[in-house]
Amino acid sequence: MRASWPLLLASLLIAGCSTVPPRGTGDLGVVIERDAGRVQVVDTTARASLGRVNGLGDLSHASVVFARDGRYAYVFGRDGGLTKVDLLLRRIDRRVMQAGNSIGGAISQDGRFVAAQNYAPGGVKVFDAVTLAPVADIPAVYGNGRLSKVVGLADAPGNRFVFSLFDAGEIWVADLADPAHPAITKFPAGKQPYDGLITPDGRHYIAGLFGEDGLALLDLWHPEQGVRRILDGYGRGEQKLPLYKMPHLRGWAVAGTRAYLPAIGRHEILVVDTQSWQETARIPVAGQPVFAIVRPDGRQVWVSFAFPDNQHVQVIDTESGRLVRTLEPGQAVLHLEFTPRGEAVWVSSRDDGKVTVYDTARLEKLAELPAAAPSGIFFTHRAGRTGF
Amino acid sequence: MNAKGMVRGKAPALLLGLGALVSSAVGWAGEGMSPERRMELVRLVRNDCGSCHGGRLKGGLGPALSPESLRDKVPEGLRETILHGRAGGAMPPWSDFLSAEEADWIVEQLMKGFPNAR
Repeated sequence: MRASWPLLLASLLIAGCSTVPPRGTGDLGVVIERDAGRVQVVDTTARASLGRVNGLGDLSHASVVFARDGRYAYVFGRDGGLTKVDLLLRRIDRRVMQAGNSIGGAISQDGRFVAAQNYAPGGVKVFDAVTLAPVADIPAVYGNGRLSKVVGLADAPGNRFVFSLFDAGEIWVADLADPAHPAITKFPAGKQPYDGLITPDGRHYIAGLFGEDGLALLDLWHPEQGVRRILDGYGRGEQKLPLYKMPHLRGWAVAGTRAYLPAIGRHEILVVDTQSWQETARIPVAGQPVFAIVRPDGRQVWVSFAFPDNQHVQVIDTESGRLVRTLEPGQAVLHLEFTPRGEAVWVSSRDDGKVTVYDTARLEKLAELPAAAPSGIFFTHRAGRTGF
Repeated sequence: MNAKGMVRGKAPALLLGLGALVSSAVGWAGEGMSPERRMELVRLVRNDCGSCHGGRLKGGLGPALSPESLRDKVPEGLRETILHGRAGGAMPPWSDFLSAEEADWIVEQLMKGFPNAR
């Protein structure tokens, strides 16, 4: 092949000039600006906003997973929009409307497939992570051909996706060995699973049950054993406490051999031994917990709350099992995210229009960044973790 | 703790503009409510009802609250659901945070198309 080398070189230079200087993405992330339908791209080293990417649609309850090269963020919008955002060029790379009402997604172990979980039409849709071309459609059919809302979608080792069917009360495991024809295994889980989590090692999947007093546990090393009920009678049904926001289980709440779970409707965090799956303690907290998130080193758990206590964030020391600090970062705290190794945590306060960065050792404020009604905060180190 | 603590007005200009917009849409319910309180209620519905019903009220784990989906409902029944929740369901009671008049106003707005918080 004969090419004009000077021409090729010139075009390479021009292409090079139109991009950003080379840099890694390991300290980047996105902050959802919910009402504006856009994200801020942030730098967790500089504690600064690098810019915004607009046009992402309805971002209420938006969530994000990352390509494993850490360059692309897949943003799942409530309106069914799935947008692949280029963090380096800070622009939309691809975007598809994949459902009518959607609630988040996951990326496969090998990074090749992005899956979205949908309320309407109820089910999971799988897309090529590079092109967002459809790969597989998994309608959540139950009973007389009805479609269930899907919640708690998680990636599992073996290129599997695990998710829960809210209306059907089932947990499904989809094996993508043949990506266009996922093999589905179905398990009865209990009434109204509302969210799920997978443990950091990818072995155990836990679904929280809204309609029953307990949780459902599936051992993915031994799916033949079926779903086990754990924490039976923890108090969900003792007194039906009004619930102002469903807790989120997603994101690890596992530190060492203990899992920290928001008790539904109760002002408590449940501490569970991950060997026996028995409750070992309860920690009283300031309100109904929404997120219980473990600092990456496992030493602290940070808790956020439902309305009307959502101006608080509480910090639990995992060694003593005690609350060590109550912080008030701002009004309507919606989410928090640790930096890759957890020396800092970013907290969004929707009604104060800001993100607050805390030093997690001294529990002191390091920085504040303005953001328009910020909700979720997602950093690229999720790319390398199961369940994120 | 009450709703006022968390749903706060921001820009006075925005509030005034929205107040005017909301007032013009008001019928019998909510006559005695200030524009600021109406704005708080709009934000409460969008944000906190939105946790289950969707920020655009098109439904989530809870049903859609669009005018079409509420067309066949009885307003008094909706008010009771807002104030006292649904026994055996996920809907919590909001009577600690809302008066009956405010619940009526919310029902009225929902049935005609809920105002935006912006």
